[in-house]
Amino acid sequence: MSYQRPVFRHPSLSKNEVGFTRADYEGAISTLCAGCGHDSISGSIAQACYEMSIEPHRLAKLSGIGCSSKTPTYFLGKSHGFNSVHGRMPSVATGALLANKDLIYLGVSGDGDTASIGMGQFVHAVRRNLNMVYIVMNNGCYGLTKGQDSATADAGSINKSGSANPFQAIDLVGLGLELGATFVARSFSGDKTQLVPLIKAAISHPGFALIDVLSPCVTFNNNPGSTKSYDFVRAHMEATATVDFVPEKKEITVDYDEGTSRRLKLHDGSYIQLQKLADNWDPMDRDSALVALNEARAKNEILTGLLYVQPESRNLHGLLNTVDTPLNELKEEDLCPGAATLDSINQGFR
Amino acid sequence: MKNSETSNEMPVPVNGKSHLGPVIVNDMVIRFANVNGTGSASANNLFAKSIFRMGIPVSPKNIFPSNIQGLPTWYEVRISDKGYLGRREGIDLMVSINPQSMLKDVASVREGGYFIYDNTKPLHSDFFREGIHFLGIPMTRLTMEHFQDPRGRLLYKNIIYVGALTALLNMDEEVVRDIIREQFKKKEKLIPNNLLALELGVKYAREHFDCPLPIRVEKRDYVQNSILVDGNTACGLGAIYAGATVAAWYPITPSTSVVNAFEKYAKRLRATPEGKMKVAVVQAEDELAAIGMVIGASWNGARSFTATSGPGVSLMNEFLGLAYFAEIPAVLIDVQRGGPSTGMPTRTQQSDLILAAYASHGDTKHVLLFPSTPTECFDMTAEAFDLAERLQTPIMVMTDLDLGMNEHMTAPFSWDDKKRYDRGKVLSAEDLDNLKEFGRYLDVDGDGITYRTIPGVHPDKGSFFTRGTSRDEYARYTEEGAPYQRNMDRLVRKWHTAKGLVPKPEFYQHKTESNFGMIFFGTSTYAALEALDLLQAEGHGIDAMRIKSFPFTEEVERFIDDHEIVFVIEQNRDAQMRSLLINELEINPKKLIRILHYDGFPITADTIARQIQKGILVS
Ligand SMILES: Cc1ncc(C[n+]2csc(CCOP(=O)(O)OP(=O)(O)O)c2C)c(N)n1
Ligand code: SF4
Ligand SMILES: [Mg+2]
Repeated sequence: MSYQRPVFRHPSLSKNEVGFTRADYEGAISTLCAGCGHDSISGSIAQACYEMSIEPHRLAKLSGIGCSSKTPTYFLGKSHGFNSVHGRMPSVATGALLANKDLIYLGVSGDGDTASIGMGQFVHAVRRNLNMVYIVMNNGCYGLTKGQDSATADAGSINKSGSANPFQAIDLVGLGLELGATFVARSFSGDKTQLVPLIKAAISHPGFALIDVLSPCVTFNNNPGSTKSYDFVRAHMEATATVDFVPEKKEITVDYDEGTSRRLKLHDGSYIQLQKLADNWDPMDRDSALVALNEARAKNEILTGLLYVQPESRNLHGLLNTVDTPLNELKEEDLCPGAATLDSINQGFR
Repeated sequence: MKNSETSNEMPVPVNGKSHLGPVIVNDMVIRFANVNGTGSASANNLFAKSIFRMGIPVSPKNIFPSNIQGLPTWYEVRISDKGYLGRREGIDLMVSINPQSMLKDVASVREGGYFIYDNTKPLHSDFFREGIHFLGIPMTRLTMEHFQDPRGRLLYKNIIYVGALTALLNMDEEVVRDIIREQFKKKEKLIPNNLLALELGVKYAREHFDCPLPIRVEKRDYVQNSILVDGNTACGLGAIYAGATVAAWYPITPSTSVVNAFEKYAKRLRATPEGKMKVAVVQAEDELAAIGMVIGASWNGARSFTATSGPGVSLMNEFLGLAYFAEIPAVLIDVQRGGPSTGMPTRTQQSDLILAAYASHGDTKHVLLFPSTPTECFDMTAEAFDLAERLQTPIMVMTDLDLGMNEHMTAPFSWDDKKRYDRGKVLSAEDLDNLKEFGRYLDVDGDGITYRTIPGVHPDKGSFFTRGTSRDEYARYTEEGAPYQRNMDRLVRKWHTAKGLVPKPEFYQHKTESNFGMIFFGTSTYAALEALDLLQAEGHGIDAMRIKSFPFTEEVERFIDDHEIVFVIEQNRDAQMRSLLINELEINPKKLIRILHYDGFPITADTIARQIQKGILVS
């Protein structure tokens, strides 16, 4: 059941550049468990879109099936949304994106939705460099079907029924790097300071932007020993750098210490500001990102932040060399060759 | 040698004896037995096209293996003054190039028929058979004598037998030469050698046999303005004309050439002068992704389609249910092949009907179209896009391997420039501004079809959440029984609306006041129409109806009501069309007699006529 939020009009709610208040970026009332990490991520998505002054109707949200995939109902209520089938959001997003290159596409998935049933589609979405934000709300379990281990559950972790998971975990960030994703980040649902700028940067990125967000399932996987529990993540989170996102129009005003900062210019003229870099951190070096990821894992640490970005790349429309006009705006006159041409085609079959 | 190399006088020597068959003009079946991957296809095509250019109705069929190189492959050409384009039993002339299948090939020639083979080396006595004519042509020797490069030799051998046929069957040599010149327009260097090969065949046949044979062809003007084209090309072209901008697919025989054709025409007709494409074609990672992309694109306002075959439709089931329930247009071309499972991937069948009609779990029904000619493949593919957007649901165009991959003589494609695409009930920003309230699933017009919006249309009106879960009229998730049921009932209303929009059946011999009726669809049509004539000749006048769509229109029901016994002709084992009729129209099963054919080869008129005659006797 989805419940619509009662509308309060608070005169002091400040409007963003496109005239919307923060409340305009909310959706229906969440029906997830109180304390579910997914709800925090919804909040960060809404916050990022508000801060970036995105017109809600210029963004389409897509998801698969799962608690995580339900969240698009709970943010950006003025945007079109598509809750598709389990694990198949990438293909629906691909089609949507092909039809209209001008909207912003935000995909939301779960670790089950992405790393198990939808692994094939995920891999190919990366490979095609879809211009979209792909957020995995990663809780290491299947929330909606009541807590079974997912493919991102750590080996040895104890699930709700008390048994230890015998299988190796799939690390989506490592996979994304291997597959050539052009924007790879990890964050934690409870860390809005890190997550909001990451989402903003991902939206500005003109290719496939993966954000793997650890998002504890309070009902089934917040146990001691789970690496996706609040306590564990808080205690073991290691950030590559503090991320800040500076939109195209704003000059950077924050002070930063030359030696410990780095400014990354994105395709659309905006900047990602990385402060307090970890030693030798270069977010444009795929290999060192992989090394750092492995080193952190060996130390039982979870590496978060913007791990890799390739600001310039050809996305799917570039690769297919489509026209600048969105395909869904082409008119019959642009598309139908007409009767006379058909006559000459007929002639070739005689 | 049984056929004397030196004999050039009629009658043709048959096992040492002279024999003159009756003269038969423009009524024969010729089969070519080749090895896959040896370039025989274009030579065989040259033969069929030449007959067509001579104005004689012709129907070529590829009988090919699931293999790239080495296995036997056949090409069968039916030539018929009467315009019968279905398969016919009995082979009048066999061109045997493949030693692997030769024993079988000899056996399959009808009594008194002809067997052309390469006699560069003498034929082993095992292959001789009483009662047919052996005509040896030293194809290999001729290529060795006249051509240098080994690959060329292989190819010219094929042209040599076309040359021999040209003389033996009395074909118009100039017509054949013209087609060769056209075929190699872009590789002009090759024209002289091909013409030489043709001439070698012609000359050898003329010098060694009395040409023409009693079976022969004569020029006609029966072809009129028809074209010779395969159904897959027609579907691909239809999608171009219908304004499809997104095609997503996964390769599978026999559907692959649909998207290939679409892409080919797109390059020609949808590229800007700068080479940018007004189309996106994606080879997906599997059929699930292919249909997912189609649904995503259609949801976002682009006309989109996929083409596949049975195994692909099986995989697409979940998504088809989503498109049905969330009401998203989609066009799917199902080029059916022999099932179940991988089945007979290179053989034809009409065995996906039930799969397609009720694809996906839950109460689901889909609109199907049944083209029977390439012209209809073109028209119905284009129509499928209008229907999909009008009805906001998947439309499946059910063709088959025979229709899709074989060339058929068919009416030229036509397009009415005055006609506009029907984009269905889509609200613009202006509409939304003038609207009191928007409910995505509100049945405003009472026809079960509701209004939709395309993402991005309006800054603060018209957005909604598309989902496969139950929802109310305003697209809000609900688990309440009442709105769920209202929605399901509205979908039934929409289904009834569809009955008024889909193509109506076509009737044949409807003036006959027969107690017997006959129903057929798709590629069974050619053979069924011929069977009607055969049965008529036996004194059985039968009324006939060709079904063109599912759901069944009123006319279908009336036709069945009007007849005591109705034969349902189809190319599958389980009489799937019959099941659909019984299920949807609540017809007494006893009334519908199965006429089935499912060995993977296109159905023949004889099969139908035989079974119907038996059926008439029994009743
Ligand atoms: C084809 C199919 N199989 C199984 C399911 C049942 N199912 C629903 S959600 C889910 C797992 C979701 O896990 P995840 O993606 O991690 O989301 P979470 O609930 O943990 O956020 C499963 C197996 C389904 N909806 N569809
Ligand atoms: S079950 Fe877990 S993932 Fe699902 S809503 Fe509850 S806490 Fe969140
Ligand atoms: Mg999960």
